Amino acid sequence: MNLQVVLKGQTCDLTLKNPVIAASGTFGSGLEFRPFGDLSKLGGICVKGLSLQPRAGNPSPRIVETACGMLNAIGLQNDGVESFLKNKLPRLPWRETAIIANLYATSAEEFGQLAARLADEPGIAALEVNVSCPNVKAGGAQFGADPAMCAAVTGAVRKNAPRKHIMVKLSPNVTDIALMARSAEAAGADSISCINTLLGMAVDAASRRPMLANVVGGLSGPAIKPVALRCVWQVARAVGIPVVGLGGIVTPVDIVEFLLAGAAAIQVGTANFMRPDASFALVRDLPWVLADHGVQTPAELTGALVLD
Amino acid sequence: MQPILTQLKVLDVVAFGPVSREKHFFAVRLTHPGWNEWHPGQFVMLRPESFGLELPWGRPFCICHMTARHLVCFIKTAGTGTERMAALRAGDKVMAWGPLGNYFAVEPNTPTLILAAGMGIAPFVGYVNRHPQPWNLAMLFGHRDPLDCYPVDSINEHIPVDSLREHEPGELDNLIYTVQEKIRDCAEQKGLVLACGPLPFLRVVRNFAITLKARAQISLENRMACGIGACLGCVCRTTSAWPVPSAREMPVQVCTNGPVFWADQVEI
Repeated sequence: MNLQVVLKGQTCDLTLKNPVIAASGTFGSGLEFRPFGDLSKLGGICVKGLSLQPRAGNPSPRIVETACGMLNAIGLQNDGVESFLKNKLPRLPWRETAIIANLYATSAEEFGQLAARLADEPGIAALEVNVSCPNVKAGGAQFGADPAMCAAVTGAVRKNAPRKHIMVKLSPNVTDIALMARSAEAAGADSISCINTLLGMAVDAASRRPMLANVVGGLSGPAIKPVALRCVWQVARAVGIPVVGLGGIVTPVDIVEFLLAGAAAIQVGTANFMRPDASFALVRDLPWVLADHGVQTPAELTGALVLD
Repeated sequence: MQPILTQLKVLDVVAFGPVSREKHFFAVRLTHPGWNEWHPGQFVMLRPESFGLELPWGRPFCICHMTARHLVCFIKTAGTGTERMAALRAGDKVMAWGPLGNYFAVEPNTPTLILAAGMGIAPFVGYVNRHPQPWNLAMLFGHRDPLDCYPVDSINEHIPVDSLREHEPGELDNLIYTVQEKIRDCAEQKGLVLACGPLPFLRVVRNFAITLKARAQISLENRMACGIGACLGCVCRTTSAWPVPSAREMPVQVCTNGPVFWADQVEI
């Protein structure tokens, strides 16, 4: 079975050997998962968010498990883009699988600088623009919540990386996600990934304290799957560029559901924590499940939701 | 060795001490995970099938002991996950990935002081069992629950255990004083201190070790989602003594940089 998907962008296409991408923030640099599967078998790897300078992230506790999900407020701890390019990227199988750099910055100018730094890196197949991370007090949240800011950031990345596929990762914490998707598309995005985490909170009744040092954090996992499916459906109807769906995918049938709702590819996030071979197992099992659903390619299911 | 992921089966669950609704100590014996190597101080992520979608994370447990046929983890109920583990029955399936993290130093000829508090006893079951010269080991065990809640017998087979129960007012002061005196003796003998237990206990050990100039390793625990360095949820902060200059006074993962740290290299 041919699992290949092509995300046809306005400027650049992104070809994936299969529709399964490991989601940013849940898969480290990718190297952490080498003991559990062959990285080159994945459709793509979105690496942990990169910033221009190293970031120490938020104080602990940073994560808490909730019913069918988890909250995180890591605060985008990372060693910075230079360290990633020097120490991690050369060890990733970038010739065989799409390495997608997830970008974090606190201004449109910084996004532009990051994009410029990665624009000519042969090992980077695409840039995923994080306009939506709700964990950092300054920055992230504003971009994704305002169509003009979302467009400004997308435009800055587009301008500085004219030959890279630009994927804009949207936040569900907005009134109208389709509006944000349209503004990203108008600003030159090649694809949309959605959804990032839902802003949430957990409280420890015994100590009367929040469970996260940051008080609020991003909810992910199976708990958010219905919200994610709704967002993918709304976005896919609103834009002409491909949609990459994520939010609570655990099983191959979950993938089928996202494809039906309108996704051309998907990302696997929290499931990587449930068992470290989760992404590899989905790639392995997907052909059988697609066959069960009577199709030869993932594209046949994209947007094939039956509405009476 | 690189960690591996395997599906194990529960062989049995053995309760330690009185079983109450609030608190329950037990050992889970699992089929052998097929690792060809492990070291005391390392841990394993366990995720029983019964966690379903409701509890997404596995749970990190120190490897209490391993034999040619099975893996043993010693557990105290502390929440929904461990309560579900207490309800495991023979034959139940558990996903396991490990061995994970680093491990306690073994210096056969060095007088080694083991300081364990409460559940911190668990890694030392394997440690004393595998140590080539156990006569160089001494152990102090501080505990709140009755002694039969803990796998003390498995350690007593190899070395004598000094135990101090922290139960009545004043007993905590006595434990702290004893820890101080033992660390002082150990430092004078140019010995090695190994400690595992709750954070307040490790802080006491760390402070005395630094003040008295004893070489000490402490084993930390934290909430973990992945156990393999990816989620960045379990970090602790390093000090200026951290060996990698670029990571000094920065957060590092407890799961992959630890769980065992030299006491002067991390802030707790």
